[in-house]
Amino acid sequence: MKTKMNSGNEFSRRQFLITAGGIGFAITASALTPKILKSYNGKGTDTIDDQHQITAWVQLTKEGKVIIYNPAAEMGQGSMTALAVIIAEELDADWKNVHIENSPILPAVYGLNWGGKLGGPMMTVGSRTVKGYYKGLRLAGGQARAILLQNAAEKWGVPVNELITEPSIVIHKKSGRKITYGEIAAFAKIPDPLPVITDKDLKHPENFRLIGKTMSRFDVPQKVNGKAIYALDIHVPNMVYATISRSPVNGSKPELLNEAEVRESDGLIDIIKLDHGIGVVTKTFDQALKAKKILQIKWSDGAKAQGYESEKSFAMYQDMVTNNSNKTSKIIHTTGNTAGAIQSATKVYNKDYFTDYLCHAQMEPLNSVVSVAPDGQSAEAWVGTQMPDSERQGIAKALNIDEANVNLHPCYLGGGFGRRSGFAMEAAMLSKQVKLPVKLIWTREDDIQYGSFRPISLQRLQAGVDAQGNMLSWKHDVAGPDERLQTGGVYMDYYNIPNQQVRQHIVDHGVRTSYWRSVGHGPNKFAQESFIDEIAHDLKIDPYEYRRRLMKDTPRYLTILDKVKSMSSWGGKLPEGRAKGLAFSEYGGSYTAGVVEISLNKESGQIKVHKVWAAVDAGVVVLPDSAIAQMEGGIVMGISSTLFESITFKNGKVQQSNFNDYPVLRMSDAPESIDIAIIPSAEPPTSMGEVSLPLMAGAIANAFLKLTGKALRHLPFTTDKVLEVLG
Amino acid sequence: MKTSFKLNGKQVQVETSQDATLLWTLRDTLLMTGTKYGCGAALCGACTVHLDGVPVRSCMTSVSAAAGRSVTTIEGLATDQLHPLQKAWIEEQVPQCGYCQSGQIMQAAALLKSNPRPSRDEIINHMNGVLCRCGTYTRIIKAIERASAVTTKTGKP
Repeated sequence: MKTKMNSGNEFSRRQFLITAGGIGFAITASALTPKILKSYNGKGTDTIDDQHQITAWVQLTKEGKVIIYNPAAEMGQGSMTALAVIIAEELDADWKNVHIENSPILPAVYGLNWGGKLGGPMMTVGSRTVKGYYKGLRLAGGQARAILLQNAAEKWGVPVNELITEPSIVIHKKSGRKITYGEIAAFAKIPDPLPVITDKDLKHPENFRLIGKTMSRFDVPQKVNGKAIYALDIHVPNMVYATISRSPVNGSKPELLNEAEVRESDGLIDIIKLDHGIGVVTKTFDQALKAKKILQIKWSDGAKAQGYESEKSFAMYQDMVTNNSNKTSKIIHTTGNTAGAIQSATKVYNKDYFTDYLCHAQMEPLNSVVSVAPDGQSAEAWVGTQMPDSERQGIAKALNIDEANVNLHPCYLGGGFGRRSGFAMEAAMLSKQVKLPVKLIWTREDDIQYGSFRPISLQRLQAGVDAQGNMLSWKHDVAGPDERLQTGGVYMDYYNIPNQQVRQHIVDHGVRTSYWRSVGHGPNKFAQESFIDEIAHDLKIDPYEYRRRLMKDTPRYLTILDKVKSMSSWGGKLPEGRAKGLAFSEYGGSYTAGVVEISLNKESGQIKVHKVWAAVDAGVVVLPDSAIAQMEGGIVMGISSTLFESITFKNGKVQQSNFNDYPVLRMSDAPESIDIAIIPSAEPPTSMGEVSLPLMAGAIANAFLKLTGKALRHLPFTTDKVLEVLG
Repeated sequence: MKTSFKLNGKQVQVETSQDATLLWTLRDTLLMTGTKYGCGAALCGACTVHLDGVPVRSCMTSVSAAAGRSVTTIEGLATDQLHPLQKAWIEEQVPQCGYCQSGQIMQAAALLKSNPRPSRDEIINHMNGVLCRCGTYTRIIKAIERASAVTTKTGKP
């Protein structure tokens, strides 16, 4: 259906009622609650008849099971549990009876606007899920509770304000009567209008039973016994397999030279010619791989990316920034007057920092199952996607049908990191042609070579300090592809620098680039935090003390910095050959400081990160252990990208293809320990998934500077680059 | 080609092409989807299963290599109750996306079978071939140490 968003971004109560209790929802729910949920949730669900829809978010069974809808993609970040905890908290549900199911793809009800209002795109991006849904789902949980209270009050003929709840029980203290939520569900009427819940109806955080407690994640048990269902695990009757050989140079078009030969392949069903590649559809996936191997394809000339050499980019960017010669260059932030301030500086620092392209390399390569009806007018799709509603639109567009006729079943995601969206239309096109359900699998080589990369960039920094080392001015130029991806975190609101300017310079090389965990914060924090330490090093000021000076008027940030100082015993004695480095970062309203302890093998050039400490202030933390896991995961991915990962282009082609030449950090390179401290807070939740990753490049560079007196300014710090810097 | 082998304790027979891999046969013919595809080149370990108790990368193992032998997948690791590693994995809340974890657990199970009390270095050496992009390594080590302590106490696998 074409779901229309209301102008006020909040659907009306009437609409809510229709979606919550009325026939409209019943149809929607039965059509969209896919059978796959039975295996998806690992426990099996009651039939829809036994479930009583209390609101759009909550269903109850007579037995007391509380079924809560999860609107967001679960890719390991734990939000499916966190969001259910938020609802269950205000519903006052007994957590052990809570059961989580994926919500229908219904953006007007289950989506989220960037401002945090419910109703908006359904997309799990930007570490916004818990932060964005927090308020709306507290109100939704409170509303479901109010409906239950109202029903109990009517049943007993008592005023609703005499009722209280304990987990999943309504109690009338005066008469000593009790009734369970499940018992109420059996006779509950959904009132019209629905009760209106406001902030004052919500629990005081001191009374939280669930939020902020250490809870187990709902998806974990299914992820230790092989039962969790990813799109790759979907099997539907008559399903066939496919793979695609895609353009090695982005934008080049294929001409198949040996079609007759390929048609002789074992199990071949069809060959499908797409704009960007040739697909082979076969009976088994082994057969698809074999057929793909023998494809002889001539790729068209003239794509923009043709001839692109990524290693030549940096010199081009440097020239462009020096001469301000790019027509797209623009100033995107100004505080004070850097040109004036630099005149009064006693010392001026200038440094360039470089980052290579990165690939997501999520463990589950992209894949999807799409079954287009024989008449081509509808489709079923199973996809692990961060953006189910735009994925559905993409499939509909490819098939030239209305999106209402695409039934998308969200699956668990084997890693997202920004990669997982906008790919299922390929399987739809294949399925339409062969008139069979198709499982399209990207090989690892496809996933890397046809990846969509964190862009290459140059960061040019200039700072002026006075005689006491006080920072007077700061200029940051960032150059590279993709305007959307460059400037995250490029302006620092946490350092008190009176004069600042940020400029951006955009270049299009014709290659695919995309959101990669932490986006612009990765390259920008690397440059900023390294530069701060290089200046402190030159001024012979301890990097912790120097940052303290820069943040002296902001207690919130100092608390974080001081916490990590004490956790890491900053300034304490270290074993021979070890050094510590510090960095500060933010993302989505969260702030964090981290310290790494490293050593260096001077013969091989290999840096080893032994220990990591980080303190984070992210407001109220709904699911603390899962939040800590996000901090840990970001740190490990941060170390991996700092030490090992690089995508390069030669003649427009990606040079890497699998984990042999795109190494991802292995256990032997993981830190021995990662200690995370969450700063207690009563502020609303902020982002958790991407805040720790940007700490690592700067912290490692800073530890290296401390250890060797030399600066590493080009990510990744591979052994050859380290040896070069060491001389 | 017909191939017979024992899968999770039960005799099975599959009809495949000559050079079919164990991975895709397990997943698509026998519908044991707990074993994952990650790289197709024995570089990531997501497809790890046991062949006669020894961990192998099923993406690089032909189904004919399993003939007459015993294959164990994540689905067959637990018998009547969860394997101590699976329990430890839950207690340490190891998985994030979870995609690599079948391979991690199968690799770890083989270690504890041959070496019930591995040192930290032995764990790392044994586990190093199995990648995790979510960065759960420190928790994996903790979970293996936890399961090791339990199995050493009870004497069970």
